[in-house]
Amino acid sequence: MDFLTILQILDSTVRLATPLLLACLAGLYSERAGVFDIGLEGKILASAFFSAAVAFTSGWVWIGLLAGIGASMVLAALHGVASITFRGNQLISGVAINFLAAGLTVVIAQTWFRQGGRTPALSGDGRFENVVLPGAESTIRGIAQQGPLGQVYSELISGHSILVYIALAIVPLTWWVLYRTRFGLRLRAVGENPAAVDTAGVSVVALRFSAVLIAGVLCGLAGAYLSTALSAGFVRDMSAGRGFIALAALIFAKWRPWYALSACLLFGFFDAVGNRYQNIQLGEIVVPVQFMQALPYILVVIVLAGLVGKAIPPRAGGEPYVKER
Amino acid sequence: MTTDAPAIELKGISKAFGPVQANRDITMSVARGTIHGIVGENGAGKSTLMSILYGFYKADRGEIFINGKLTPIPDSQAAIRAGIGMVHQHFKLVENFTVVENVILGAEDGALLRPSIAKARKLLTELAKDYGLNVDPDAVVEDLSVGHQQRVEILKQLYRQADILILDEPTGVLTPSEADQLFRILERLREEGKTIILITHKLREIMEITDTVSVMRRGEMTNTVKTSDTSPAELAEMMVGRKVLLEVDKPPATPGEVVLKVEDLRVSRGGVERVKGVSFEIRRGEILGIAGVAGNGQTELLEVLGGMIPAQGGTVSLFGEPIDITGKHSNGQTRRARGIGHVPEDRQDEGLIMPYEAWENVAFGYHKDPRYNSGILMNHAAIKDDCVDKMQRYDVRPPNPRLPARNFSGGNQQKIVVAREMDRAPDLLLVGQPTRGVDIGAIEFIHKQIIALRDQGKAILLVSVELDEIMGLSDRIAVMFDGRIMGERLPSETDQNELGLLMAGVTEGAA
Repeated sequence: MDFLTILQILDSTVRLATPLLLACLAGLYSERAGVFDIGLEGKILASAFFSAAVAFTSGWVWIGLLAGIGASMVLAALHGVASITFRGNQLISGVAINFLAAGLTVVIAQTWFRQGGRTPALSGDGRFENVVLPGAESTIRGIAQQGPLGQVYSELISGHSILVYIALAIVPLTWWVLYRTRFGLRLRAVGENPAAVDTAGVSVVALRFSAVLIAGVLCGLAGAYLSTALSAGFVRDMSAGRGFIALAALIFAKWRPWYALSACLLFGFFDAVGNRYQNIQLGEIVVPVQFMQALPYILVVIVLAGLVGKAIPPRAGGEPYVKER
Repeated sequence: MTTDAPAIELKGISKAFGPVQANRDITMSVARGTIHGIVGENGAGKSTLMSILYGFYKADRGEIFINGKLTPIPDSQAAIRAGIGMVHQHFKLVENFTVVENVILGAEDGALLRPSIAKARKLLTELAKDYGLNVDPDAVVEDLSVGHQQRVEILKQLYRQADILILDEPTGVLTPSEADQLFRILERLREEGKTIILITHKLREIMEITDTVSVMRRGEMTNTVKTSDTSPAELAEMMVGRKVLLEVDKPPATPGEVVLKVEDLRVSRGGVERVKGVSFEIRRGEILGIAGVAGNGQTELLEVLGGMIPAQGGTVSLFGEPIDITGKHSNGQTRRARGIGHVPEDRQDEGLIMPYEAWENVAFGYHKDPRYNSGILMNHAAIKDDCVDKMQRYDVRPPNPRLPARNFSGGNQQKIVVAREMDRAPDLLLVGQPTRGVDIGAIEFIHKQIIALRDQGKAILLVSVELDEIMGLSDRIAVMFDGRIMGERLPSETDQNELGLLMAGVTEGAA
């Protein structure tokens, strides 16, 4: 395995980790505010469809992105109304959103494009192109002729979609918002003890709604990335459980932004390795590709079984806030 | 600050919840720089009134004047703006935040935290100096003692420049010395011109600290008097509407044969030895009171005897027959079969299942009773009948078996547990904190029941952190400190001072 191969795997790690990271941060905002969100998956899927569909129809991917974020936020608002305003069960609301998105995307895609529940392939301005950073090579031949540092720059750092850089920038931003701003303090407080926030004269409902809507925006980015950057068009169920993996990564990350980045990169890395190697030869033993593809999921089980330290969720998570006497 | 207008004046406040008139035409006036007590039984409307003053509820009728100015208080923000701060009975703190974060929450100066935190840290140091409110600003709240957490609540209000402090049952969770410290702080606050409203049902505290006191009963404010002109007995009578015996009236004990014998009992929890070789016995017709500051092994002692946790060593016998305290037969079920009743310390976690209805709670632990149970199906009608019967005899209000346990007041919840555990007249009754958070009328009732059981020739182990209760009920008093019994005393031959020293671990020799 040469240096460039390693770089290529890492490069692909970053690409595959990006939708997880966006979804994981979405979950982070929502759950830090005390609203469980297993509807990440549904929001990603809805956004993936609408961004691809609108990007194709308008021919401009940025309009598609806005449409995707819009669709995701509509579902987020639905979750908010059900679980915050009407104090419904947050898990049930999330499940409903997942079903809604899984069914509606395919049905709408079929009536709109008549291509068996998918959108036509995107090209040109209908897709997010990879950004070539200044001074970076973009061809494989060009990269191969560079020195190691140049290769790292051109292969790993340069050449991603703008959404990848946005996702990476959101990590420090989220950390800063959570720990350095008034909004963040209140957000964390409302997930731990909403009564404390309420008696301090701050609206619990408004705080939780803003958190849920931020989650909507981030899921929108994740979905748009899937269908307009990572692939070129929407196919049914293309979110492929990423919303759930993101939730596992969130637990792994103990609801912290930098940890979330590491957790998502780790899951992305296993994905990348699984994609690249059909079989891994360890002496006499051949590790089947299915094992590699199952690794992220196995990891999830190990994480949830508590082998990776104790993860303490926000204490008021999952509970609608009812003012008491 | 030069006006003579009262700090708070309420005029004709009324509030109804559906058919229940929680507050009826309440008029009250509190002078600035005084401590005003409000007493009343649970459900008398104290909390509702304070919730109205703090903007949690809106009154149906009536006016609020702050410093002589008509001040509508539609929400908590308006209350905070009017200089009213409230320290709730259950603290409203974010437990994994630091002290300073809790203090600024909701009162930040701007969108960024850093300046607010710097300012709060400086102010906290000043407040600590001015009022004796020492708390490390960077400590995480959940690592603090309950007494210090309460200080954080007070600091929070002072940071918001509250001039009027409402404290709801502030000493319910405090040890006697923490309560003392709190009162010193309140006195300091009064000297600085703050106005304090203290809600409590501990009459001793009212007498000790307040200047004036109002009594509430059934939603009405029945009396307001100067504290120096009244007495605990008079206040109790005003609260309940009849004469109340504050002292427990009991005939002398006539102890019989030994019922419970505990020898060298050792209990560990979380790897720490909590009970370190405790021995005692209780006879028929006798109440052994165990005094001590909470957390000195009494809880573990009760839980082992009640079959909730295993012991690591020692023996326990009932009428000379050993009881399994370590094996798999050590549980609440086998204890009850042997005639041991248990009123656990924490009624909400261990005594009741709060969302379950009263009749279901009445059957817990006795659900195999043939009266309740035909083998496969429970006989719900029989349980409900039994529940109604118990509710009448134990004065549970409202006597509605279909009401979930959480909808009863603390005193009535406790009466449900007491009815379940005492009505079968167990040979040995274990009672932990029987009157914690229970109002005066119910305390009197529960105490009478305990004495009556003793006079039937039963043995009773009473664990309580309330020294008055221990002194009033026990025939013998054992004091626990650090997992050991420091000494046994007869109530007639000891006093609160001596017991207080034993509770602090000071032995005879050293004293």
